[in-house]
Order: sequence, then C-alpha cells, then structure tokens
Amino acid sequence: MKNRQITFQILRYNPQDVASKPRLQSYTLEKDSGMTLFIALNEIREQQDPTLQFDFVCRAGICGSCAMMVNGRPRLACRTLISDLPKTIVLTPLPFFELIGDLSVNTGKWMRGMSRHLEAWLHSREESPDLGRIEEKMEPEVAEAVYEMDRCIECGCCIAACGTAQMRQDFVGAVGLGKIARFRLDPRDIRADDDFYELIGDDNGVFGCMSLLACHDVCPKYLPLKTQIAFLRRKMAKIAIRQE
Amino acid sequence: MSASVFIVQSGLAEKTRKSRLPGILDVLQSVTGLFLALFMWGHMCFVASILLGKTAMWTVTRMFEGYFFFGKSYYGLVSLVVAFVALVFFVHALLAVRKFPGNYRQWRAVRAHAKAMRHGDSTLWIWQVYTGFLLFFLASAHLYQMMIWPQDIGPYASADRIWSDGLWPFYLVMLLAIELHACIGLYRLAIKWDLLPVSLAFLKRLKWGLTVFFLALGLATLGAYMKIGYEHRFQYGERYTPKTLPDWLLRFSPTDDFPNIILPQPTLTEESP
Repeated sequence: MKNRQITFQILRYNPQDVASKPRLQSYTLEKDSGMTLFIALNEIREQQDPTLQFDFVCRAGICGSCAMMVNGRPRLACRTLISDLPKTIVLTPLPFFELIGDLSVNTGKWMRGMSRHLEAWLHSREESPDLGRIEEKMEPEVAEAVYEMDRCIECGCCIAACGTAQMRQDFVGAVGLGKIARFRLDPRDIRADDDFYELIGDDNGVFGCMSLLACHDVCPKYLPLKTQIAFLRRKMAKIAIRQE
Repeated sequence: MSASVFIVQSGLAEKTRKSRLPGILDVLQSVTGLFLALFMWGHMCFVASILLGKTAMWTVTRMFEGYFFFGKSYYGLVSLVVAFVALVFFVHALLAVRKFPGNYRQWRAVRAHAKAMRHGDSTLWIWQVYTGFLLFFLASAHLYQMMIWPQDIGPYASADRIWSDGLWPFYLVMLLAIELHACIGLYRLAIKWDLLPVSLAFLKRLKWGLTVFFLALGLATLGAYMKIGYEHRFQYGERYTPKTLPDWLLRFSPTDDFPNIILPQPTLTEESP
C-alpha cells in the first residue's frame, strides 16, 4: 500500500507551568494506512518529542483512556485508523474535563464525582449481602439489557461531544443518565422512579438534555443513548406530573 | 412565609425533596412548542389559500370571523384566537430561553463546539437559538398587530399591508425564521420523547422535506400577496368582495344579510352580463 505523509497539529499546554500558553504544534509522520492514531502518537513520542503527553492503557477500545478530540470530534485514538482521516489531523484534549497536560485529561476525577452524586451503584435489599451465595436468577433479556448499558467504558466522549455540557458544568451527561438507566433496569436494585427523580429530575439531569444527539453519534461503544435518555425523560416527566 | 423559602435562601434546596417543577416545565415547553408548530403549519395553509384565488382566501378569512356560522363577521373571534396563541407563545419563549447560552463564556463555548464538531444536530440547535431570538420580536409584533386589527385580514387588506405598508421584508425574515425554528423544533421533539415508531434517518428526511415544502409554500404565498399588493397599490384601503360565490358556499352564507357583508354586490346568485 502506498505510504503517505501525515501532518499532526497537536495542542500543547501544561497547566502546571504558568509560562505555558496553549498552542498547536506540528509533527509529520510517514505512515501506512493500517496504523491507528494511537500507534502514530507513540511513534511521535518515541522518535520526535518525548514530552508529548497522552493517555492509553488497553489499546483495544476497552479502557477509554485514549479519548481525544480528532479534528474537532471525540474519538478513541486506539480505535481510529489514520486511513480514515484527512492528511492534516488536529488533535486536542477532551474539553470539560480537568486537563493534565497536552492530550491527557483527568476523566476519572469527574466520573467518580458524577457516580457519587448519582449514587451509581447497586442499592440492594440487604445491607450486607452474602457474597458467597449464588445470585438470584434474572431473565436473560433483562440481563442482556443491563449488560448493554454496562458496556459504557466512561471514556468521556459523550460529555466532550455534548453542547449542553460545554455550557453547563453540572450537567451529568449521557454517561450519568446511562448509569441511571442501567440501575433502573436491574431488578436487584430496590430504587423506584421516585428515587431516581431525586437524582436526575432537574436541569442538571435528564431535563437538561437538549437532544442534540452528539453523544449518541460519537459513542465508541454504540450505546443506545438516544433511546435510553428519552425513556428516562418520559419516566421522570410522569413522576413530575403525577406528584406535583 | 413558608419554611421552604428560608431553606432555599440558605442554599440547602438540594438537601430537600427535589422539586417537580423542572419536569413540569420540560413537558410544558414541549407541549407549547408542539402546539405552536402545528398552529403555524395550519396558519400557513390557510394563508396560502391566496394561491387558489382571492375568493378562496376571502372565504377562509370570513370563516374564521364566524361569518358563515353567525351571519356576520365577528372580528373579536380572531382577536381571541390570537390572544390565546400569544399567551402560548410567551409561555414557550419564557421556557425556551432557559436553554439559551446565558453569558459570553457559554456562547463562545457552544459556538466553538458546534463549529469544531461539524455535527449537524448541534449546528441546527444554534440555528434554533438564532431563529428563536428573532421570533421574540417578529412574532410578538405580528401577534400584536393581528390581535388589535383583526379586520385588516383579507386578500386586499393583507396584500396592502405587505406591499403598500412595506412589511414584506418583515414577513420574509419571519417566514424563514419560523419555518426553520418549527421544523427543527418538531424534529427535536420527536427525538426528545422518542414516541414515534420511525427511524432517525426517516426523521431527518422528514424534517428536511417538511422544511423545504413549507418554505416553498410560504415564499410562493408571500410572492402572491406582493403581486396583489403591487397591482392594488392605487386602490389602497379598498376591501375585497367576491363577485360571486360557489353554490356550495352560498348554502352556508347568510343571504338575507348579504348586501351588508358583500357591499358592492346586490345579488350573488346571478352573473353580471
């Protein structure tokens, strides 16, 4: 396959250094079309600039660490083929999250805060369940539906793509609403819609979503975010109308 | 004063039972938007009756004035309908403005985001903000005018307003703003509540199809009024009265009072030689 020269424009900025100013730095690379963005970034760091900061762990689209803005859109670097991109590639960090440096952001800090705020864990009937006991049976289709929402890798792409989140820092975004949808489906969770309303029944929650669909369009795991958020909205609206 | 006032003032609102108001306001924003968009489509079709002829538009106008039901025109009926639409419009505007960028930082962030993302639905939302902002002024002015002067609706009256009163640029901008805002809004409503059993791809095609259809209908209608207004410019102020009515319509018409309503025509059942 014919090689080609790729130009990368990468945002460089170190928030720890008061003298540092955000700028785009150019790198060029000769690459085959089968290479991923993740491999290209590693080559740049190894051969051209060891100070370049970016994150990765699994290299297989499972950990969500390597999410970044690729030509303005959030994507996973490990799942993005260079052959799918134009010859000039602009890489910037995910907006919204705390910037560590260059392309590296602290999504974990925000995700933990969001999970605590939304109580995104199983609320069981028993206070201290016997972990050695065999779990209660679940209908296969219910288990499938729970698993479907559990595939979220918390990469932050949905938040970075969300217009509402760019304006309102307290918005829980599709990742937060997806977690509520997941626990709402789970028959082991004792919470009812009234309880979920207390968590997402406001403009920082489901009513803040403006249905811009960017989360749905960029999710690297292809989660059914549009359907799930609309479903939650209907359920929460019903609670609001019935109980006012 | 209720305890909740002091709890909220203390910044502890989040520690109490969550208000149901955000949910109700969200539903209300959707319901008012749905009503206004459907009303606007109906309104567009009625106004476009001018494309079928002056008598068709005259008939539609008189129908809404109650002429074919009560035997004479009651302009107050039109004012009442307009007042109700205005009320719904103000409620919708009040609720929708909550979603607008509230300061420069938010505006800069969301605009840069839409530009960099090149994402169709995010860009459409920016257009909804632009058109919605325009409609605060344009729709308010139009509703006020129709509420105060409902008698000035008719083939010649409307055409004179558009041409001789120089309001065609106003109507042109309002037409573009309202058609875009309503079609994008209905599309977003369908996504937001996900109640229609159709695919997203179909919704997108439907949105563009309806936008093009209503824009074309609106532009053709505005063009027709401009043409009539131009031809009628030297008889400015004269009201249209049909020379005759179709037989089926005459059966609904108050023939006893006809001379009072259709002033220049003593009889309507006979064609002039």
